[in-house]
Amino acid sequence: MTEILGLYNYWIVIFLMMTGFYIVIARENLIKTIIGLNIFQTSVFLLYITMGKVTHGTAPILKASHGGESHGVEGHGADHGHELHVAAEGHVDLGVDAVKEVYSNPIPSVLMLTAIVVGIATTALALALVVRIREEYGTIEEDEILEMDRNS
Amino acid sequence: MMDFIVIPILALLAATAVTVARIRNLWAAVMFTGIYSFLSASWMLILDAPDVAFTEAAVGAGITTILMLATLSLTPRRQRKSGRLSSEDFEERPSKSPLVPLLIVTITGCALVYGTFDMPHFGDPNAPIQVYPNPSFVEKSQPDMHGLPNVVTAVLASYRGYDTLGETAVIFTAGIAVLLILRKNTDDQSSSESQSVTGENA
Amino acid sequence: MNSFPIIRVITKLLIPYILLFGLYVQFHGDFGPGGGFQAGVIFAAALILYGLVYGLPAVHKVAPPKVIEKLTALGLLVYAGTGLACMLLGGNFLDYDMLNHGFLTELPAALDFLPGDKPHHFLPEGQHLGIFLVELGVGITVTAVMTMIFYAFAGRERVTT
Repeated sequence: MTEILGLYNYWIVIFLMMTGFYIVIARENLIKTIIGLNIFQTSVFLLYITMGKVTHGTAPILKASHGGESHGVEGHGADHGHELHVAAEGHVDLGVDAVKEVYSNPIPSVLMLTAIVVGIATTALALALVVRIREEYGTIEEDEILEMDRNS
Repeated sequence: MMDFIVIPILALLAATAVTVARIRNLWAAVMFTGIYSFLSASWMLILDAPDVAFTEAAVGAGITTILMLATLSLTPRRQRKSGRLSSEDFEERPSKSPLVPLLIVTITGCALVYGTFDMPHFGDPNAPIQVYPNPSFVEKSQPDMHGLPNVVTAVLASYRGYDTLGETAVIFTAGIAVLLILRKNTDDQSSSESQSVTGENA
Repeated sequence: MNSFPIIRVITKLLIPYILLFGLYVQFHGDFGPGGGFQAGVIFAAALILYGLVYGLPAVHKVAPPKVIEKLTALGLLVYAGTGLACMLLGGNFLDYDMLNHGFLTELPAALDFLPGDKPHHFLPEGQHLGIFLVELGVGITVTAVMTMIFYAFAGRERVTT
């Protein structure tokens, strides 16, 4: 049961990914293919974001603190000593409020943020190519285009 | 509690993706893609990535949909004499037997699912991605950045500044490429206009 | 779209708020969710909305294609120029700590009469200034590229076969 609860996010992402893959390989309309690529791409974003989530974590925007000293700690595993140290310091500074915040990982967010914008740029390029293909060949069906290429 | 929100969103995501795969009307497929992007943005928000959710909602549900609709309006299957097009002019042809692609997709999907059994569980704070690189950079970022609280912006613009410069260059290049592909007509027009203007002056 | 008065009026009402929200996302991106990429897309969305409802000539008057083309390059130059400025000031490329300055970082004495809390940083410096400039560059490029792509698609005439 824990196996299922721990992994179902990945399975959903894989399902979405495979749906996008299916659209890309099974459909011969160029616009439909681009839609499939988009769905595949979004599922990759979701995969990364899913991996960055920490249970009971919050968005990686640090709470405002006094004098630039941060009390935010992310993750539990690596540096236990340092974590305790910060928590103790927070206790001195803020008293009861110094509850340790857990932040989700910001690195997948950063990677996917740039990937989304680059993705729209490449999608726009692909759509521009589709428009030009339609003007040259009069169709956006892949097999008809290949047929014309063979006959010419 | 959160599951009551997450499970319907995931179910809707899966249903939308399957609908996009099955539907033959391209207008409807494009609209469903917008819905898909919006649903995934909602899920990203739940997964603590507000910056990404924000971008996905604006880019995926907004600009991509508009660009795809613009492309569709430029690529009807046939031109009616009256000039008005109906939705039938934007239908795909029925596809051939879907059995072989379905088989490939199923095999690939099963292989990937088999791969997930070794993955760290969802939300595990001791997963490798949380432990390496050393997570203390999150707390160090505040003194480094003079108290700017958004770590995502700090990593994006400062720690990984080179990378973002490269991404900006990619967007710039893509914009130039779209112009090169699509702007031929207007360029001819403007050059002929300028010629005629200079001709009049002469 | 000329025959839909509701859409025209609502668009006119919405666009100032979309632009304002874009500015907020751009310049508040260091403190909350947001940044150059998102702000650029939101700004471009406002221009595209205007173009969709009022037609391409109207939006060409607001944001002429010639200007937009130059802005795409300008944003990238702002980004790279920030990096080069850091090098000229003696640091590495994109090493924002070199941008530290002592000019107006505290509230000037002449403004002491202002009521309320005194701002801690009057002008941004160092890392903050660097991030500000870099995000500005990203925002300009993304706005301009998205608008330019929309112009390119919308200006294309449907071919008859």
